[in-house]
Amino acid sequence: MEILAYLIPISLILGAIGLLGFVYTVRSNQYDDPEGDSRRILSDEWDDHPKP
Amino acid sequence: MTTALRAPVSACPACDATPAALALAGATVADARIALSLPTIHCAACISTIERGLNAAPGVRNARVNLTLKRATIDAEHDVMPQDMVTLVESLGFEAHELDVGTLAATGTDKAGRELLMRLAVAGFASMNVMLLSVAVWSGAADATRDMFHWISALIALPTIAFAGQPFFRNAWAALRAGRLNMDVPITLAIVLALATSLWETSLSGDHAYFDAALTLVFFLLAGRYLDHRTRAIARSAAEELAALEVPRAFVLRDGAERQVPVAELRQGDMVVVRPGGRMPVDGMIEQGQSEIDRSLLTGETLPVFAGPGQNVSAGEMNLTGPLTIRATAVGQETSLHRMADLVAVAEAGRSNYTSLADRAAKLYAPGVHILAGLSFFGWLIWAGDMRVALNIAAAVLIITCPCALGLAVPAVTTAASGRLFRRGMLIKHATALERLAEVDTVVFDKTGTLTLGTPEVINLGDQATGDLAVALALASASSHPLSVSLTAAARAAGVVAADVAEITEVPGYGTRGSWNGRQVCLGRATWLGAPDSAETTAWLKLGDSAPIAFRYTDRLRPGAAEAVAELQRMGKRVCVMSGDNTGAVATLAKRLNITDWTAEALPLEKSNRIAEMTAAGARVLMVGDGLNDTAALAAAHVSISPASALDAARVASDIVLLGNDLSPIPLALATARSATRRIRENFQIATLYNVVAVPLAVIGLATPLIAALAMSTSSITVSLNALRLR
Repeated sequence: MEILAYLIPISLILGAIGLLGFVYTVRSNQYDDPEGDSRRILSDEWDDHPKP
Repeated sequence: MTTALRAPVSACPACDATPAALALAGATVADARIALSLPTIHCAACISTIERGLNAAPGVRNARVNLTLKRATIDAEHDVMPQDMVTLVESLGFEAHELDVGTLAATGTDKAGRELLMRLAVAGFASMNVMLLSVAVWSGAADATRDMFHWISALIALPTIAFAGQPFFRNAWAALRAGRLNMDVPITLAIVLALATSLWETSLSGDHAYFDAALTLVFFLLAGRYLDHRTRAIARSAAEELAALEVPRAFVLRDGAERQVPVAELRQGDMVVVRPGGRMPVDGMIEQGQSEIDRSLLTGETLPVFAGPGQNVSAGEMNLTGPLTIRATAVGQETSLHRMADLVAVAEAGRSNYTSLADRAAKLYAPGVHILAGLSFFGWLIWAGDMRVALNIAAAVLIITCPCALGLAVPAVTTAASGRLFRRGMLIKHATALERLAEVDTVVFDKTGTLTLGTPEVINLGDQATGDLAVALALASASSHPLSVSLTAAARAAGVVAADVAEITEVPGYGTRGSWNGRQVCLGRATWLGAPDSAETTAWLKLGDSAPIAFRYTDRLRPGAAEAVAELQRMGKRVCVMSGDNTGAVATLAKRLNITDWTAEALPLEKSNRIAEMTAAGARVLMVGDGLNDTAALAAAHVSISPASALDAARVASDIVLLGNDLSPIPLALATARSATRRIRENFQIATLYNVVAVPLAVIGLATPLIAALAMSTSSITVSLNALRLR
């Protein structure tokens, strides 16, 4: 049962990473334009280098 | 950024120096933020075309298109004019309208929605983790392992609930302080009691802990809240966009020069120039110029009124033919437009009496739950004599009866219904609008601008001689007056060729004049041409000295108006028309639409009083109106609808806004509202059914955390699925 001492923290940390990732996406306005973002990916305008 | 800095090539050296100086100072002092509405964009190519075009324009720092909102936001130097940006986008082949940034600011960042989403995410994360630990406990973890799992659950649950449960705690506290009970009181009590007993149990290394139940409860309830919030945020943002389309700007004469300033900066005594087609920004007196003004939005009259120096005008009236210079006598809050708001406030006080279905359910439900939990606590305390058992059972009762499904019952349905109606072009602005709409038995329409479009239509074109028509067409095509525009269109459609009329001049406020075959010919208003007065909207054509010929007009029906009225009558609703226009015009329209119950020449106060009378007589009134004279009536009615073309004040006062030109979605909205209310009631019944099955188990002490979790999740899911069945 010692394995629990590793597995529980690991699962909690993995979950927390997901949560933090979600918080980051909310904070950086990534849900403001879901429709536009799904179309922008089709444009080849910034394929070679990112938008400055 | 680089394109924006390279671009400015302007004629004035100061303009070239300013950006550099600003860049040096590291400040963005007088930056302009411009917002454009782009109703026609739809694809990736549209986005990149517009963004490339805007970013290449001189003075633009950054432009970004939002496809979801169909909007472009531009950060630019302060001297970039919104009008230039609109022209630029139009030259790229897209429709563009300027939006008022100040009005939009409120929706820019939806803070409350973001906060709810964050709490929902945290609650979701925590409840999944705790549920995982609970599954281990349910499948037989015992002794030290179980205690450890319980402690870890407690460690996750306590901070999570302290953070994610705040909306409920705040609402419950507000209700208790006001001496009322709402749905949030039993929720808060259940959560707090569940946490407390679970902690106590865990510290005594007991079997049952309800951490998972408390967390899932918070998660499901927050999901309901978030749905509710989103539905309203979408409607609100669309309504605000409508308001932002009217950019409050005016042209002011200062030191002999005409300058464009925001309406908020206007002062009493300012000389304001109003061009033909523009709306009066202030109350005032005409100093210079002659024109006709359209007062239909304020009074419901369709006949344009002559306007000359010395006459008073009110904010909101439309200038039709000639430029006017107005001396402002009242600005901003003091204009007659704003004074109407007082009437609206009085009328609205009556409506706030409506209690929503959810509140009515809570009123029955909350005391019942508390009494039941209290009874089982004392019953067990007396019978078993054990405080710990009694408290455990009371907590189980509270958790099982907790209105998790009830919290989802209303938002799930209203979200589905509002989404459906939004696709049909209706904005549901108010949370309880759908429930109120479902109860409607009487529909009151305003005439001008609601049942009719407010644009005139010639009715006696066929009676005219071809020669007269040819002259009339020649004169009418030289003017932008609505009557002339309509006459031109109708005559052209009838295949009339314009006569050769020379020296056509427009006399603002009166009509147009020209010479034809050596005779003077005029087209214009009755008083100018010595024609008799008439109740109908009429333009007169005078050839030389002969008697004037009448062109009679009627107001064009709004598309779908006839169908909507017929359908409402078929549904068994009483349909009335209440208008501020003259008796003749209203009677004609009522006859055309087969409406027997009509009132003409109604003042704003009379309108709202009549609605109050109807309400007192037991009718549930739906008011559909667009003008300033309707606002009080809109607010007094049980529920109200206004078209998108309505005055801002009317849109604010109404619960539902019709986005398109068409009136035919109204009967559909009534039907949808009725089925939505039926679904809400069904949802309440489903939730009650689950309680009826699970509560006896809890009261006799057989409920385990597993049963609580199952009852809660299945009832929530059934309720959500039932909401999706809405057609």
